[in-house]
Amino acid sequence: MTGPGMFRHLAFESADDLVFGRCPRPLRCGFGVELGNGSVAPEVNFTLPAMTLCEATWSQAVDHYRVMATEIVGRALFLKAPALVLEFEHLPPMTERAEWGAEITALLLEILRDAQERHGLASALRVTVVDTRLRQRPPRVRSDDVWLPLEASLRACAGAGAHILSIESEGGKEVCDAALTHGDVDGVLLALGVLAPADMDWLWTRIVGICRDSGAATMAGGDAACAFANTAMQLANQRMLPETFAAVVRAIGAVRGLAAYERGAVGPWKDCGYEGIILKAITGSPISMEGKSASCAHQSPVGNIAAAACDLWSNESVQHVRLLSGGAPAAFAETLLYDCRLMNAALSTGNERVLRDLLVESDVCLSPQAAILSPQAAFAIAGAIVAERTPYARAVAAGSKAVELLRNARDAGRLVLSAAELAWLQRIDAALCAAPSDVQELLARTQSRYGHLYDAASYGLQ
Amino acid sequence: MTDLSRLSSSVLSGDVNTVRQLTSQALSDGIAASDVLALGLIAAMDVLGRRFGDGEVFLPDMLVAARAMHAGLDMLKPILAGAGVAPVGRVVLGTVRGDVHDLGKNLVGMMLEGAGFAVRDLGVDVSPQAFVEHVRQDGAEIVAMSALLTTTMPEMKTVIDALCEGGVRETVKVLVGGSPVTETFARDIGADGFAPDAYGAVAVARLFVAAT
Ligand code: B12
Repeated sequence: MTGPGMFRHLAFESADDLVFGRCPRPLRCGFGVELGNGSVAPEVNFTLPAMTLCEATWSQAVDHYRVMATEIVGRALFLKAPALVLEFEHLPPMTERAEWGAEITALLLEILRDAQERHGLASALRVTVVDTRLRQRPPRVRSDDVWLPLEASLRACAGAGAHILSIESEGGKEVCDAALTHGDVDGVLLALGVLAPADMDWLWTRIVGICRDSGAATMAGGDAACAFANTAMQLANQRMLPETFAAVVRAIGAVRGLAAYERGAVGPWKDCGYEGIILKAITGSPISMEGKSASCAHQSPVGNIAAAACDLWSNESVQHVRLLSGGAPAAFAETLLYDCRLMNAALSTGNERVLRDLLVESDVCLSPQAAILSPQAAFAIAGAIVAERTPYARAVAAGSKAVELLRNARDAGRLVLSAAELAWLQRIDAALCAAPSDVQELLARTQSRYGHLYDAASYGLQ
Repeated sequence: MTDLSRLSSSVLSGDVNTVRQLTSQALSDGIAASDVLALGLIAAMDVLGRRFGDGEVFLPDMLVAARAMHAGLDMLKPILAGAGVAPVGRVVLGTVRGDVHDLGKNLVGMMLEGAGFAVRDLGVDVSPQAFVEHVRQDGAEIVAMSALLTTTMPEMKTVIDALCEGGVRETVKVLVGGSPVTETFARDIGADGFAPDAYGAVAVARLFVAAT
């Protein structure tokens, strides 16, 4: 049964069962890849170097993708990888011109199919389109003029045979950006507890439909709170926002993700928002996570702990430049492959909890953002979410639980917070305690600050 | 005499009413508007900048202070304009065509404004023509461009070409930035400056106007 409110329990008995490579609901996909069934596979993402993308350069772009994928497969074969997942994350023109996205999709599939036929390499291709609906301000995310082109791209990629379809959707971002820069909890609740879940509900109903139309050849893979939680982390990285704020935003970001599963997304969840572990605790479905081996894309304070419960291990993205060992995408593929080898050796020797706990221990005390990503913390946040029925109530509960976890960790001497961070934690706490009791009150309270930024009807609010 | 350090601390605490009151008091005491600006308002933003660098305050606190600063600045503007005291410099800012990443650009804009520049923010996905038009319209001394995608970086060169074709390249300094952008890239496309972050952006912009 799917539908809003379908998740009332956690998928695991205890936090200790939350470990990499194992899921109550494993998946099979693509050319024989098993996810969450006792092993972890690398998910390699790669992108173009500095170049203009237009009609005149398109054939060069295609060549880049051919070379990158061929080199990554070569590295996987050299290292005797049991499985490989590629992520083709569109650049905007590839979604805007559906045939371009489909062309690269077909090309990558051909390379993977060949590797399977000739070398027995199990593999799968995830295709992630760009959410192109938010160019106008305020965005009208459901209107035909923005949805139909996006739908065409999704259909074209599914039609070209993509195994897993994903998007980092952005509905609600128009409010979240402003809320983040002002460090405003009410605004975050509006964006992530009301607007984003409403948009996910609408959007993923459609994406699941597109996958169904593909004859189930394409899986509705899932989304990521990149536009929200990752953005907050980037701001915290530059010390624009307190880390405590970014940590709480991440916890709240999980709520919007649940809406996709409620409409039939099956996973694997995407890597960029790092909220996957909370969603795995609730849904029992495989997730992709990124950490230290995504240092090619951006810095993060959660490099090891992010792997604690991953089923795919990703590098987020790397551009096609030459390094001493070859192309950068192949080099990062090698890093991911070795990370996976270690996790898989732990799984096959019954040491997975030991390795997981070391990954957690090495990060958890050093950053509030890490502190909420331990299996215990994620489990607690997940529990707080499923105890509530509506996205808004879940958002408040997730945020409050994150604050409680951070405060307890600090009081127990397991997390060091600067005076400024601690003051912010108190501010966030006070704001969550004073959060409106229902959505109508929240809308009224935030109207003057954010009302001009979003179109209520586009979120089904009128 | 109005104590300008009190004005500074009101800016720091984001107290809009007190800032208005002390600004008008300072002016009626006969303190020059340019001194109220430099020693009261901008001095506060400099202090805040240092605290920010030390991790004591964050962007949201900066915004609260910036609002208070603008409350004072709005009162000084007519006088400063009359006395021929122009803003430190005029900047046309935007994220280039095809790119909608704007957090970094916004931060650059805020820091520049905090440092006394007049910033025209054209937003995201900005066409080369729009950059050229606004340089003309505003008589800007600086064009600042942001790009976050490897496939939109070359668009910065297109803007520079458009500035040349529009006959305004000689009148402006071009500043570029964004996470994939490097000093070398900036030099290769013929930009005048690059900075890795918003602080750097202010430093380079100050050098630009000092040189003119
Ligand atoms: C947050 C984010 C987003 C958010 C943006 C939210 C927003 N309002 O801006 C969202 C989710 C919308 C987004 C969308 C996309 N993104 Co994005 N995004 C990022 C991320 C994680 C952080 C960027 C950020 O905001 N950083 C925080 C700010 C404060 O830092 P900053 O931008 O670097 O700015 C500082 C400096 O660079 C400098 N600076 C910036 N501008 C300027 C200008 C001047 C003049 C100067 C002097 C200095 C300067 O000062 C700033 C402050 O200190 C980056 C990762 C990265 N490495 O940058 C990816 C990244 C840039 N995105 C990427 C991609 C692929 C995309 C999408 C195509 C994804 C997709 N498939 O949907 C879309 C593209 C949409 C489009 N048309 O542009 C890739 C780029 C790959 C490539 N080929 O270049 C990256 C590298 C992530 C990845 N996958 O690895 N993204």
